[in-house]
Amino acid sequence: MSTPGAMSTDLTTLDVAALQSALSTGEVSAVEVTRAHLDRIAADDARLGAYLHVDPDAALAAAAEVDRARAAGGELGPLAGIPVALKDVVVTEGVPTTSGSKILEGWRPPYDATVAGRLKAAGTVLLGKTNMDEFAMGSSTENSAYRPTRNPWDLDRIPGGSSGGSSAAVAGHLAPWAIGTDTGGSIRQPAAVTGLVGHKPTYGSVSRYGLIAFSSSLDQAGPMARTVLDAALLHEAIGGHDPRDSTSIDAPLPGLVAAARQGARGDLSGLKVGVVTELGGDGHQEGYGAGVLERVAAAVALLTELGAEVRPVSCPSFDLALAAYYLIAPSEASSNLARFDGVRFGLRVGDDGSADLDEVMALTREQGFGPEVKRRIILGTYALSSGYYEAYYGQAQKVRTLITRDFTAAYGGADGGGVDVLVSPTSPTVAWPIGARVDDPIAMYAADLCTLPASLAGVPAISVPCGLSEGLPVGLQVMAPALADDRCYRVAAALEAAQDAARGHRLLDELPTPAAA
Amino acid sequence: MTTDRLVEFDEVTTRYEPVIGLETHVELGTASKMFCGCSTTFGAEPNTQTCPVCLGLPGSLPVANEAAVAATIQIGLALGSEIAPWCRFARKNYFYPDIPKGFQTSQYDEPLCVGGHLDVEVDGETYRVEIERVHLEEDTGKNLHVGGATGRIHGADHSLVDYNRAGIPLVEIVTRPVPGAGARAPEVARAYVTELREIVQALGVSDVRMEQGSLRCDVNISLNPAGAAEWGTRTETKNVNSLRSVERAVRYEMRRQAARLDDGGRIVQETRHFHEDTGSTSAGRSKEEATDYRYFPEPDLVPIAADADWIAGLKAGLPELPAARRSRLQQEWGISGNEMTWLANAGALGLVEETVAAGASPTDARKWWLGDLARRANEAGSELAELAVTPAQVAELAGLIAEGTINDKLARQVLDRVLAGEGDPAKVVEAQGLAVLGESDELVAAVEAAIAGAPDVVAKVQSGKVQALGALVGAVMKTTRGKADAATVRRMLEERVHTS
Repeated sequence: MSTPGAMSTDLTTLDVAALQSALSTGEVSAVEVTRAHLDRIAADDARLGAYLHVDPDAALAAAAEVDRARAAGGELGPLAGIPVALKDVVVTEGVPTTSGSKILEGWRPPYDATVAGRLKAAGTVLLGKTNMDEFAMGSSTENSAYRPTRNPWDLDRIPGGSSGGSSAAVAGHLAPWAIGTDTGGSIRQPAAVTGLVGHKPTYGSVSRYGLIAFSSSLDQAGPMARTVLDAALLHEAIGGHDPRDSTSIDAPLPGLVAAARQGARGDLSGLKVGVVTELGGDGHQEGYGAGVLERVAAAVALLTELGAEVRPVSCPSFDLALAAYYLIAPSEASSNLARFDGVRFGLRVGDDGSADLDEVMALTREQGFGPEVKRRIILGTYALSSGYYEAYYGQAQKVRTLITRDFTAAYGGADGGGVDVLVSPTSPTVAWPIGARVDDPIAMYAADLCTLPASLAGVPAISVPCGLSEGLPVGLQVMAPALADDRCYRVAAALEAAQDAARGHRLLDELPTPAAA
Repeated sequence: MTTDRLVEFDEVTTRYEPVIGLETHVELGTASKMFCGCSTTFGAEPNTQTCPVCLGLPGSLPVANEAAVAATIQIGLALGSEIAPWCRFARKNYFYPDIPKGFQTSQYDEPLCVGGHLDVEVDGETYRVEIERVHLEEDTGKNLHVGGATGRIHGADHSLVDYNRAGIPLVEIVTRPVPGAGARAPEVARAYVTELREIVQALGVSDVRMEQGSLRCDVNISLNPAGAAEWGTRTETKNVNSLRSVERAVRYEMRRQAARLDDGGRIVQETRHFHEDTGSTSAGRSKEEATDYRYFPEPDLVPIAADADWIAGLKAGLPELPAARRSRLQQEWGISGNEMTWLANAGALGLVEETVAAGASPTDARKWWLGDLARRANEAGSELAELAVTPAQVAELAGLIAEGTINDKLARQVLDRVLAGEGDPAKVVEAQGLAVLGESDELVAAVEAAIAGAPDVVAKVQSGKVQALGALVGAVMKTTRGKADAATVRRMLEERVHTS
């Protein structure tokens, strides 16, 4: 075994599959793995701002417990000793959970989200809670009430959002993998702009119990990892039916790890791939980076080389996705965020006897929520108002149905004439400079253009790296029918393997090493 | 509080016709809450029956209670409603500390049960109350406003909230407007709530205790000039929490609105509060400044799609409903409609039925429950059912009279002891020697002593003043401390006086 010091440096660069085998053979201890990541956090996070909360003692104690159990020959969870970072929207018992908002500063929940509980039961070690746009509202993590997070590829650029803390942590090797949540693209877009794999599962296939709700009909938790296989491993650990979430689907997960392994063998013959015209295709390229379109085209060409049959597919309703999303999500958010009233938990402002109940609630919300959250609450409140409901919320729900129909048509009916998966860019552009869009909400919202259709239809979608443009990562999005998440993993793994082989190394190996502190 | 000018009630309906409407909330008696596993037991220490879900903690999610859905469907079936094959919960958004999520999970345009009716009888006349809808929602927590004079939030120093009640399943039963009740409107309203309460009780889905708030009523009232085609503007009086209050609230609002209209004023559409102490109502929030609840389908819950087989099963499992039961019993017992109404109003129906089942004649059973026992309950300020005597014991008592073991007077003494917990009637009779004396040596001796002790009375009787015999009967009854049978004593006296 190498010296602990040398080992630590290496440990943070290992993917989880490799860590698993090193841990199970006893080559390294869980404490060593955890300490390596904590050291990296200590060294780099002041610069990256990936974490909102890290408790080294608790992490090391949990790791030591795994090592003790392993030494005692006890039955260990499949992920025993693997560190993990959770987006701060995931409720963790006794561990501060803020959803990136001042209104929840200092709140220590009395319970674990199902996702957190399953990861705990699997033996993972919680490194910390990652930064995010407040209540997951944003595409850059600049809307965090605490601090912006920086992109490890270029510290002057955004890491995507809203799961930007998770993307920066994993890309920057401050965690081997992380949980993100995706409402309109919040896993996929940050994964794309930091060179990671990020998957938004089929709606209802990962429990929402304990995710602080932004938009209930859209929110899903999912994995963010450095490899497709790791993403599949993490997804399998958190997925599956949960009786505490009524919208959870009571069906077994398809074999995701198996699909990733199968895909990595590089044979996609017979697979029918549709390239969505409305997402960066002919006549729909305004706002897309030329480099992004080029990298995506190259990836699509690679799929053809791997045996896939590729053809363009038109999904005309996708053009309406942005408008529909920015009515549905704020409407649900305006209601979901009503519980933050200063009565039972979190911030309370004005409770000195000078203000009445309504004023205390108003002052609390005035001070506790940031501008983007207020903007969306106002938008949603308006859209649900009596007299406007049909024109806004009602219409948006109809658009949602149309989008779902476009997907159904593309995947084909009983005649088998459809495609197996749809592909598009994940994000129209690479990571933009911090501050570039903060004064232009519409430009910020446009970052979600490609990810919104799958969100609105509840279908699974993965973002897999497909090269660099201007030295920054570009992601390809692969969308599949509901409950066919395995197809996403298979296609992504095939692409990843072929690119790594062609390149001779992984994309993340091109990440500029962190400048000496 | 301002004092409203009121019109005499009898005068109101000479000029106006009332239209009433009722919204009744029934807290279901399910073991657990509507959307979580917390207990629903009444009266626990504040905030001990709560969890992340019913406290609305961030991240928590609801899961609908199937037993509550079944109970709501049963209420709908009992009222003759259509059961929706597919419906959804909706969020009713407003801010108040007693709703933990900032919205109440309720139903809006897709209720579980639609339509139906309930017939009620007042003074021998039947009124049909049409049901608009029956839907399922969750109850709120309870606010306690401390430091003010009124117990209301205005003027209070601070408020406490108990979330034990938050999330208890609540069924709301809404009537269509009921016109045509005229001066009987207050009684029709009361009869409707009474009947609804009995139905829910018969279904066994709630204990419907108004004093504990498991049945609560909002009463809508409007008046229109007699003969007018259009209905007047209505007020909604909230939290009318006893049957008597339902009647009083309607009565008060009719008198108040009539006075206002007489003066050429107009009725404001508003929420009013009912005051138990004075029987009056006072203005609350007016609808003009009312909240826009921004209802929308609850995305955290899947739609309820009750399948036809399940509904058919629930329907097959319905117990005999109160109206059917009353008409069956009325026939079996051979009593009038009015007598049946008295029995029902006294809460004696079930008791009488059980007493008859235990072997008493319907007449005896009614006599005891509506007579002696009703008086005793009244004196104790309790319900008949709360008396410490069982229908079986009442039947036994009636049986002892029928077989001549005791007489009515002794029976009352026996009853006293039964109520005091001394055991079943036969046992009390035995232990206390309270049985009627037969033509025993003891009785013969008492009769002869009476005759010997009053020669003047005997002479009167023998001279034809037969009624004088009463004094001798009284004397015997006195010596035997009421244990003798008066008719027997009289016969024995007659035999002896005439032969002497």
